[in-house]
Amino acid sequence: MIEPIFLLEAVINGILLGGVLALLALGLNLIFGVIDIVWIAYVDLVALCMYGVYFLVTLYGFPLWLAGIASIGLGALLGLAVHQLIITPILASPPINQLLATGGLLFFIQSFATLLWSTDHRSVRVTLPTIELGGIFISFTRLIAFVLAILAMIALYFFLTRTFTGTAIRAVSQDREAIALMGARPQRLYLVTSAVGGAMAGVAGALLIMQYAVHPYFGGAFGPLTFMICVLGGLGNMVGAFFAAFIMAQVISLGGVLVSTEMGYVIAFVIFIVLIFVRPGGIFARRA
Amino acid sequence: MLELHGVTAGYGAFTALWDVGLTVSAGEAVAVVGPNGAGKTTLLRAISGLIAPREGRVTFEGVELAGHPAYDIVAHGVAHVPEGRRLFPQLTVAENLKMGAYLPAARAHYHESLERVYTLFPVLADRRVQRAGSLSGGEQQMLALGRALMSRPKLILLDEPSMGLAPVMVLRLFDLIRRVREEGYTILVVEQNVRQVLKIVDRAYLLEVGRVKMEGRAADLAGQDFVRKAYVGL
Repeated sequence: MIEPIFLLEAVINGILLGGVLALLALGLNLIFGVIDIVWIAYVDLVALCMYGVYFLVTLYGFPLWLAGIASIGLGALLGLAVHQLIITPILASPPINQLLATGGLLFFIQSFATLLWSTDHRSVRVTLPTIELGGIFISFTRLIAFVLAILAMIALYFFLTRTFTGTAIRAVSQDREAIALMGARPQRLYLVTSAVGGAMAGVAGALLIMQYAVHPYFGGAFGPLTFMICVLGGLGNMVGAFFAAFIMAQVISLGGVLVSTEMGYVIAFVIFIVLIFVRPGGIFARRA
Repeated sequence: MLELHGVTAGYGAFTALWDVGLTVSAGEAVAVVGPNGAGKTTLLRAISGLIAPREGRVTFEGVELAGHPAYDIVAHGVAHVPEGRRLFPQLTVAENLKMGAYLPAARAHYHESLERVYTLFPVLADRRVQRAGSLSGGEQQMLALGRALMSRPKLILLDEPSMGLAPVMVLRLFDLIRRVREEGYTILVVEQNVRQVLKIVDRAYLLEVGRVKMEGRAADLAGQDFVRKAYVGL
């Protein structure tokens, strides 16, 4: 029997993991919700940002916080580039072609990263203490990543609900023609959305490089998980994705402690498959 | 203020409007009436830039607007309340009104415009945090009208404002349109409810299968036997 204290530790670790997963899922879901395209290569953009932070810190001696801010800018630029170079030309094509195009980008990024930087695992070593609280050990790095992820999501929330541009981004997803009648350019709103989604990838990249080593296939580890969370929360449903991230993180974390780390992921994916049969529109979908 | 010359427009291979000419002077209220499929909606869409006219000129205050995109035309002071209202159903009433003031020039007067709209339609103030999709048909039409006013337009294009409304609401709505008019806005309204609309406008055009069949003062047109029989139902 596992001691309750380990379970509690697993729950806390699950919450901390959930914060970063939610950030990833929100970025992907924002783009899907507004532009109606799934960026299959989203987490690979995150990996590029991780490389960016890594090289800025190790080669150019940037302090981590500054490299993290640069990563947000890099993410936004990558988001703009993906939209302008890949999405815009095929915006009117059938959805399957758009899916294939961003899928192609995934292979491009992975191969390109391998060619340039080899398959080495690279990490920025952050030596921060571990906090002990009544017998529970929490990584300070993870705690910081969690707090920053939550702050980034709060910032996104305020952007989408309080500003003219953010509200227009939500509006364009509901009626593209009507928002043009308000004087907003739909194309420009899509660009802003892509930049914001990319910036969220940049934040996630900066937070992930503190905890994980980056390699060309990093997207393979978090990509399917992120996509699964979005589907589970309901594609395009930001609130749903937020809660789905925490549910999945709990499954992974508790499953990891109760069985094994690998089994944690297996259980998470099995639950996903079952839920998708039961509730194809996501767990938070309103019944039609 | 608004002048159309020889406007031909349509969708794909289909032509819905043939060689239409029309003028609206500043301060005037003008109606375009006609049966279903006459091209009334296409006419408004061609003015507001939702479709580009194939031929002809659309000038507003002397500026040629034909072929300009919709987001540019609204910046010239032409607000379009489209068919079916086209609100943002998931946004709140207040957020829909905020979108109406999206243009930089309108944003500068956002709070002032909001007060005016809430004074004109007090029910919108009561429902400001409610989702637009949850409003009744009449309230939705008021919101669509309010949203258009938020852009501080000079000319308002109204497409079938009475569509889908209960008879008692139709009367209230036409009364509200009259009040909007009294505020000094110029209005071009498309309606199937000919009898009601002819009471609130100065002039009217009769559109049939994409062509202007008749035009004149509202009172004269309402008196025409032809119009009375076909549309007014007297």
